Amino acid sequence: MVHGFNKDVDKYLFSPASNGYGSLFPKPVRRGFSNFADHLSLPNDVVNHTLQGDLEEATGSAFRFVVNTIFGLAGFIDTATAMDIPRDDTDFGETLTVWGVQEGAYVELPFFGPSTSRDSVGLVTDIILNPFVVVFRNPTQYVGAAAYVVDRMGDRYDYDTSIDSILYDSADSYAQARIIYLQNRRHQLGVAGEETYVDPEFDPYEDPYDDF
Amino acid sequence: MTTSELNRRRFLTAISGATLCAALPTSVLALNDAQAKKLIDKAVVDINKVIASGKSINAMIKDFERIFVKYGDVPIIARSALGPDARNLSKSQINAYTNAFQGYIARKYGKRFNEFVGGKINVGGSRKVKSFFEVKTTVKLRGQAPFEVNFLVSDRSGKSKFFDMIIEGISLRLSEKAEIGAMLDKRKGDINGLIADLKKAG
Repeated sequence: MVHGFNKDVDKYLFSPASNGYGSLFPKPVRRGFSNFADHLSLPNDVVNHTLQGDLEEATGSAFRFVVNTIFGLAGFIDTATAMDIPRDDTDFGETLTVWGVQEGAYVELPFFGPSTSRDSVGLVTDIILNPFVVVFRNPTQYVGAAAYVVDRMGDRYDYDTSIDSILYDSADSYAQARIIYLQNRRHQLGVAGEETYVDPEFDPYEDPYDDF
Repeated sequence: MTTSELNRRRFLTAISGATLCAALPTSVLALNDAQAKKLIDKAVVDINKVIASGKSINAMIKDFERIFVKYGDVPIIARSALGPDARNLSKSQINAYTNAFQGYIARKYGKRFNEFVGGKINVGGSRKVKSFFEVKTTVKLRGQAPFEVNFLVSDRSGKSKFFDMIIEGISLRLSEKAEIGAMLDKRKGDINGLIADLKKAG
């Protein structure tokens, strides 16, 4: 099972590597790498916001890219947020959602972890059509991927307790990863409030008092 | 019957009516927006106090358990985490289970309170959903982007209490439902085994 594989990858490779990364570099340095990774994903955000018909956010992301390239040391410093230009990250999975594609089944992807059929298509599309990968040639095109992995290691280190509790302390880590991913992803995609009835299996707004 | 006698009766009816109202659980008096928000305001003041206290983890866990019992509807959260199985339990079993569940939640979430040090929770607006209210709060932790935590408040137990906490879309009640279900499966449906495991978990 993919979940077991991912847990092994985490246990023997990703978690130790992240611990090494976290203890080697202090927080401000890790933040710089994280900012840089976010920065490199902005062109992709611009494309997806545009495809979603959200020109305001597309312009915002483009402006953010320009500001942080020039005034943020090529993206290592997040000057834009300090200037109150917030980041609204998006992906092709969200674009598909806006286009009316259904969520599909929950799946766990090797290395990438929890996803859905729709988000898997989104992820692959984002990787292939990422402006960075399309525009640049070897080896610059891999800068984005490297920054992504480093950023993920930083997250793994910062959220160590939460992730360990889900993966290693719960009675069924597959079930926990699934329910947490799906609820959080639906929240991100703006499936909020009473429209959460897409899955009667877990509707946070069901009334538990009706059952007892 | 004289007029004065009639008036006296009416007066007595009115009096007993008023007394009866006072004796009835608050569920008859529908919960409103402001009351739901007030409950969470008070809970958040208490939580912010614990965060700022700088106490040891074990002391924070105890404080968190007190807050959870005071403002949360522990019996309904516990029962709904167990699901329909909860209906078939004896009274002593349901009490033992609810107690074990309460301690488990307090340890599991209370021990995370040290990550909240230097943080602050702010209460925002509220809205009605079905028979209950959703009160929005924003949590700002040091060096992190703020995130949303919503409390669901109901008075259907007879008192205004929250029965769920939704962190960035993730419902505590539903996540625990999945977890308690998995723990019960591990014990092949044996509730006493689950209670024993809960006492050690978290």
